Amino acid sequence: MSLFSFFSKRSSAPVARERLQILLAHERSVIGGRSDLVATLQEEILAVIAKHIAVDREKVQVKLDRGDSVSTLEVDIEIPTPGAGPARLAMRG
Amino acid sequence: MAKVLVVTSGKGGVGKTTSTAALGAALAQSGETVVVVDFDVGLRNLDLVMGAERRVVFDLINVVQGDAKLPQALIRDKRVETLSLLAASQTRDKDALTMEGVSRVIGELKEKFDWVICDSPAGIEKGAVLAMRHADAAIVVTNPEVSSVRDSDRIIGLLDSKTERAEKGERVEKHLLLTRYDHGRAERGEMLKTDDVLEILSIPLLGIIPESEEVLRASNMGAPITLNAPASAPARAYFDAVKRLKGESVEMSVPSDKKGIFAKLFGRRVA
Repeated sequence: MSLFSFFSKRSSAPVARERLQILLAHERSVIGGRSDLVATLQEEILAVIAKHIAVDREKVQVKLDRGDSVSTLEVDIEIPTPGAGPARLAMRG
Repeated sequence: MAKVLVVTSGKGGVGKTTSTAALGAALAQSGETVVVVDFDVGLRNLDLVMGAERRVVFDLINVVQGDAKLPQALIRDKRVETLSLLAASQTRDKDALTMEGVSRVIGELKEKFDWVICDSPAGIEKGAVLAMRHADAAIVVTNPEVSSVRDSDRIIGLLDSKTERAEKGERVEKHLLLTRYDHGRAERGEMLKTDDVLEILSIPLLGIIPESEEVLRASNMGAPITLNAPASAPARAYFDAVKRLKGESVEMSVPSDKKGIFAKLFGRRVA
């Protein structure tokens, strides 16, 4: 066993840590319990918009991106404008 | 006011049952009244680890279905009189557990005990969800190993969505119990360190249970490790974890059986 392979064999924990961080960032956005939160937000935002403007359900997109220190909630709503093309209202926060 | 705990993990074989027995016994040894409840219907093992396998007459399913009264099914521990066990059924199907039935039994247990500790089955199916359903606090048992950490993350998501508290918009306290920890290997970069797991899962640390031969010895004997070998490193770690559960502030350490009394002391604060 060379000196290099001796050292590389020892440091497998940082690899595990990095793999987990990448994997879980993805899984949390797709299947995590928080997806329920996104679904709830989508429904409630849709209800609020629908009070004032007729919107297509499909045109309201809510996305939660979890970052290391900050997570962002992206809300994208497409509103039909009479006569013109559709207007879009996008929020990030 | 009784406190309901769930010992959960997602992954199997990480030490849920061992930890349920050890924490339950340690709490009872400190004078609290405790019941440990096995939710692993069809694969019960808490009775065996507690050394009560030959004393099970009625079980959780019998009580849930009204075939037995709760006092008939409770098995009083022979070593610690404030400790009781409610076994799972070995023959019935887990579908015999109903949401209403479990809710009623937990309610009755809360009137009799200071602590109700639910030993969850592995997985994320009905049994695991029912075990966590009424929990005020969860103990997430995790090994410093990739698949265990991933499954714990999944379970934390369920605790935040499927529990009664979560549905009411309340918080379920979550505590990380890191088990089978090998301090030497973690220091050599061969195993995830406590800090790595904490950073990934971001829930407060309840304790670090070192890998030890004493754990298998205790289960061979049918005694929680805090009773079978109270001076051993894992038992001391469980006693410390129990103090933290009761709100005491205890400095975090990884107890060791080797050389000194404490291998390493970390100046970490825990919730």
